[in-house]
Amino acid sequence: MVSWCGYGIGVAMADIDKRRRSFMSRIAALLGGLAIFEAGWISATFLGPRRSRVSLEEGLGFQVAGPVERFEPGSVTAFRDGHFYLVRLDDGGFLALHRKCTHLGCTVPWIADEQRFTCPCHASAFDIRGDVLSAPAARALELFAVRIDNGIVKVDTNKLLRRASFESHQVTRV
Amino acid sequence: MAIADMQENNKWGFVNSLILHTRPVLVPAKALRFTHTFGLGGMSLVLFLMLISTGLLMIFVYEPSPERAYESILFMQQEMLFGRLIRGVHYWSANLLIAVAVLHMLRVFLTGAFHAPRRANWIIGLGLLFLIMVSGFTGYLLAWDQISYWAITICTEMLGYMPGIGQTLQRVILGGAEIGPATVINFYALHTIVVPLLLVALMTWHFWRVRLAGGVVVPRDTEENAQAGTDYVPYIPNLLLREIAVGLMLIAFVLVIAIFFEAPLGEPANPGLSPNPAKAPWYFVGLQELLLHFHPLFAVFIIPLVVVIAVVRVAYLRYDADLSGNWFLTPKGRRMAAVAATTALLLTPLWILLDEYAVGPVGWFSSTAPVISNGLLPCTALAVGVVAFYMLIRKQFNASKNETVQALFVLLVVGFTVLTVTGVWFRGAGMALVWPWQT
Ligand code: HEM
Ligand code: FES
Repeated sequence: MVSWCGYGIGVAMADIDKRRRSFMSRIAALLGGLAIFEAGWISATFLGPRRSRVSLEEGLGFQVAGPVERFEPGSVTAFRDGHFYLVRLDDGGFLALHRKCTHLGCTVPWIADEQRFTCPCHASAFDIRGDVLSAPAARALELFAVRIDNGIVKVDTNKLLRRASFESHQVTRV
Repeated sequence: MAIADMQENNKWGFVNSLILHTRPVLVPAKALRFTHTFGLGGMSLVLFLMLISTGLLMIFVYEPSPERAYESILFMQQEMLFGRLIRGVHYWSANLLIAVAVLHMLRVFLTGAFHAPRRANWIIGLGLLFLIMVSGFTGYLLAWDQISYWAITICTEMLGYMPGIGQTLQRVILGGAEIGPATVINFYALHTIVVPLLLVALMTWHFWRVRLAGGVVVPRDTEENAQAGTDYVPYIPNLLLREIAVGLMLIAFVLVIAIFFEAPLGEPANPGLSPNPAKAPWYFVGLQELLLHFHPLFAVFIIPLVVVIAVVRVAYLRYDADLSGNWFLTPKGRRMAAVAATTALLLTPLWILLDEYAVGPVGWFSSTAPVISNGLLPCTALAVGVVAFYMLIRKQFNASKNETVQALFVLLVVGFTVLTVTGVWFRGAGMALVWPWQT
């Protein structure tokens, strides 16, 4: 009886022991997972803001393009530092076109004679509003927001706007 | 010969004890023939070591910023003793490594060395190949000349076409919307620390798995090599001397190339002026060529995804028999591979020409959306063609699954090679088709 009892206790102890051990290893696994997550999160947070620092250093942001009268209707003016073309449409509205081809990212020059942007890389062409004239590019040239304060044209070079094609609400009017 | 014997009466005692840990004691005589493996795996290792030793020198000179990168390389080339040589060895080793690793992979496949117990090593090898490409890609930008700047622009823009994660991935890699200072630091850190460490780790695992599988796959007995039997010979000096010979010849070869052909350095990068044509590094030009023929969703996402899945799956298929060990598995397998290669050699250029001159960039039925006219339709046609090829050649040759899968693999590899060759040598200004001597 006694020995039987002792045996029972022994089994129970072993059982508790096993449970305790699996409990401990589960805790260890959890803590390990947490540590990995923390390390990953800290690394991502550490590396994340480098981007904005770099764009701040470059002085990208709101760029003053000049007084409205300086830009003739139907003209295209290149701003090399801002990486955009300031377009004044025939009706007097403004667009700031990103100079990067939407196909594979080459810089598109404005060919004044042909009144179009022609990409040197794979021959995509865009009209003065940035709309695709010929493939392989599938999207219109991307835009920066334009603001006109007291007759001064300003371009927000922080945010690029992707678009499928030209729509009239994209134009900033005086 | 017993191990104890070998250790007692050989005069290489020191070398022996040093190398015995990593190398086998005995190797099968039949696996020693150079044309069995062409020593391609060993060559990859030698090239990697050459990259490390020249790279370690260059990190003391190179300055990772858009303002200083190009100048620091110019300084190294023009003012520093052996600067040209060291950069040249690094450049040629890197390009050779990509070619040699791909050939190594082909060798492994075509001798059927990717079945268990070598299956895990096939997957590890694919990981190595990926890392080697990343290494080449991140190194490409560092020179900061026109070629490298625009090649990386094009490649990262290709990434942007991946649905969902593409643009985020592109931003993370570039560290911004465009290539800039953050990109150079990203690429520099990846190229000089992260990727090499991963490569070393993966390579160690790779070599350990080769030993675990009992060395390279051993040729099966056929009429030709039956007399060779299944003799084992000591690693030292039989295989060791062969390895040293291949390694030394390769080093000499790279040195000679680096002396006579300087690593190119173009005009400094000019973000405002794209060169015409602008091409990806040669190992991604095949992808760029795909992009000229298919809608981006298919060219940079669906087709590569299908290929990667297929190359992984190929090691996990159920096969009819164990035919591994000999090149092209069997004489029948060799004939089938020849048919597959010829088919791809004829049809791929035909497809390129048709698409270029008869169909045009918009696709087959230009009234539908480009995703369908230039993506779904031609890709479906392609898939149907590939499946038809598989069934036809299997029936025609009354072949096993092993041989048929191999033929399909050859078809795809040769097809992609044709795309790459077209992109590198037959594309001129505006990516129009030209003869190589017209560019
Ligand atoms: C840094 C790149 C690589 C290095 C240094 C390397 C090195 C080696 C070496 C030294 C061997 C011994 C046999 C031989 O020389 O052929 C080997 C075997 C092998 N490699 Fe690689 N390799 C690399 C990349 C790859 C790639 C890209 C693949 C395929 C996707 C691959 C798959 C294999 C397999 C499956 C074996 C076993 C083959 C057999 O036992 O016959 N390796 N590798
Ligand atoms: S990058 Fe402009 S057409 Fe390809």
